Amino acid sequence: MEDPPRRPGELSFRGRVRLFLGGAAVLGALLLWGLAGLPDYRSFTPLYGQLVNKDAISERSTTAVVTAVNFDYRGFDTLGEEFILFAAVLVLALLLRRLADERRGPLADSPRRVHTTSALVRLTALGLVGPTVLLAVYITAHGHLTPGGGFQGGVIAATALLLVFLGSDYEHVQRLRPKPLVETAKAGGALAFVLIGLAGLIVSGAFLENFLPLGHPGDLVSAGTIPLLSLAVGIEVSGGFVLLLSDFLTQLLVLHRKPDR
Amino acid sequence: MSVVQLVALVVVAVGAWATVAAREPVRQTVVVSLYGLTLGILFFTFQAPDVALSNIVIGAVALPTMILLAIAKTKH
Repeated sequence: MEDPPRRPGELSFRGRVRLFLGGAAVLGALLLWGLAGLPDYRSFTPLYGQLVNKDAISERSTTAVVTAVNFDYRGFDTLGEEFILFAAVLVLALLLRRLADERRGPLADSPRRVHTTSALVRLTALGLVGPTVLLAVYITAHGHLTPGGGFQGGVIAATALLLVFLGSDYEHVQRLRPKPLVETAKAGGALAFVLIGLAGLIVSGAFLENFLPLGHPGDLVSAGTIPLLSLAVGIEVSGGFVLLLSDFLTQLLVLHRKPDR
Repeated sequence: MSVVQLVALVVVAVGAWATVAAREPVRQTVVVSLYGLTLGILFFTFQAPDVALSNIVIGAVALPTMILLAIAKTKH
């Protein structure tokens, strides 16, 4: 291969390949070393998993042990994760805001208007909006009974907005997501998580302690604070993702760079 | 390891290769969406339905959407 002209001190193509092969060999050896030390398939039974599997149902009245770990035993970790997402959405919203050299343009020359969506796609997309929202509510509300929970349900709810966009247009999306409400949901969900945690501190003496009546395992209203925390996460996540998607769409379809003077 | 798990592992490996092999960004986004779906199925066959649900929504819908919107914005 012909080497492109290079600046003094820059590696040649062959030098780069050699550097890559050397690094890949070391990385590969380390990976193989680590993989060789792994326990055999299904032979690893950590104590933590055994304990949680044994005690979660009797201790917390929940039939979804993973959710019990996420929102109760390790609820503090989830609090951290929730605020990571909160900060990420916040920063993206900041990046996607209208800049000084951008103006709100007409929608007319947007790509969506040029390529019209077929009636069949529109019909299918709009027909799926209702079931998607229902699924999101179900996944969120049954987080303490079956796999799922606030995070999964929240993202599913936000995808319903995508289906609305696919089935109609930008104006309808904007009408469906009043910005103050979405922002309040996002911040309110995050706040609710902290408040439920603080309530545990006040009532039972420990942050995020499950202080509500546990009820009967398998009932919709059971497991104390677990479904409430899951709901708080669901509201925050759906608000965050809706904000993200609509900011992206606005940036794509409405904002145009001002012509250079 | 069951047959279903083996098949899922092979499908994920093929999907990962296909994602790298697709060079055109828009095509690649569609492939990565399918790859996210197969990864979700893999998690499900290894008895991790919670992670599977998250991955299907994030990997198959949210991530490709963001990439597509970003591509559309840069081309616009």
